[in-house]
Amino acid sequence: MSGMILTLDKVCKSYRNFALRDVSFTLPRGYIMGFVGENGAGKTTTIRCILGSTRTESGSISVFGKDSRTEPVAVRSRIGAVYDTLMFAGHLRLSEVEAHLRRFYPEWDSRQFRTFADRFRLPEKTKCGKYSRGMQMKLMLSAALSHHAELLILDEPTAGLDPVARDELLEILSEYIAGGEGSVLFSTHITADVERIADYVTVLHKGRVWFTGAKDDLMEEYAVVQRGEPFPQPLRDACIGLHDTPSGCAAILPTDRLTELPKDAIFEPAKIEDLLVYLAKGGE
Amino acid sequence: MKILLKNRSDVPIYSQVEEQIRSQILSGELPEGTQLPSIRQLARDLKISVVTTTRIYNDLTEEGFLQSVAGKGCFVAPRDNDLLRERMLSEMESGLEQAVRCGVKCGMDDQALHDALQTMIDGLREEGSI
Repeated sequence: MSGMILTLDKVCKSYRNFALRDVSFTLPRGYIMGFVGENGAGKTTTIRCILGSTRTESGSISVFGKDSRTEPVAVRSRIGAVYDTLMFAGHLRLSEVEAHLRRFYPEWDSRQFRTFADRFRLPEKTKCGKYSRGMQMKLMLSAALSHHAELLILDEPTAGLDPVARDELLEILSEYIAGGEGSVLFSTHITADVERIADYVTVLHKGRVWFTGAKDDLMEEYAVVQRGEPFPQPLRDACIGLHDTPSGCAAILPTDRLTELPKDAIFEPAKIEDLLVYLAKGGE
Repeated sequence: MKILLKNRSDVPIYSQVEEQIRSQILSGELPEGTQLPSIRQLARDLKISVVTTTRIYNDLTEEGFLQSVAGKGCFVAPRDNDLLRERMLSEMESGLEQAVRCGVKCGMDDQALHDALQTMIDGLREEGSI
């Protein structure tokens, strides 16, 4: 399994109102995986399990071939993490943030951090709590990229970013994996970002993995189908998120069932956003 | 090599890139032996996935447009005239099929279709474009 940088095997974790069940997926070295799913699907919980900030009940997580439970420090120091909200104390200035990080990461690279800070034009004198959302993300990203991390984990990094900052982020991620050594796992609601740069996609739905694999496969395996009349059986049972309205019905259908569609139906390739929307409408 | 991607196109990214590389090879803009960027470089330049880029190079290699040399990278393959001919023929057939379908839809019979084809040939020959 040396080619795998991250392996989750049947990870379970339950809270009072919510449970992750048998979450399994793998991410090979040198690739980007998009992690998508409706709000509350379990993306952040899964990420917290990988980062070791919450304990799993069963199942295993291996990062760089190490068990994240038995070697949490070795694992954590080689992961760069970016969260959707600032993880540094708001009163710190750039150089103070760096001083903290330097103590935490044995592999800390000051020059690298300065290079990114310059590139992103992070202000020196402003307290980081006063940074704009885009600046805060860039600060976290600079930190994540400055200790020779081999795995970047980003939780909703594009949330609240303007299109320019989003594009910059995607550029950095492409750049990061170009060498073939680093991998990226990023959760997002902005599925257009995933559609463009992700190599692999994991779709989480109600705490379970609904799909995991190559993004191109996902986008070829499902189609959005529509018809003025209801879909006949047994096709109807194969429909995901079927909804009928007086003006017609629509659903997601695996592409290998398209041949059974009545002639008056229309279909188009499903985008990831379509899949999420239809899944939320009642797919299991 | 120039690649322009349409994000809002219905044509998937991989076919857009494949089609552009193919046409640049066929037109001679990318001559035989030209080295293409590495898979990871191209993915980064276009901000598309590495897996998609790998597929693009594999498809074009299988079709005979590219040649990969272990340890060196991907190059434009020597021009294979049989391959070119086959491609042209298949393009001709699909164009013809579309023409016939359109003609039949507007009620043309066999004779009318034949006549239209002959008129087209005569017209093109007259203007000297074939």
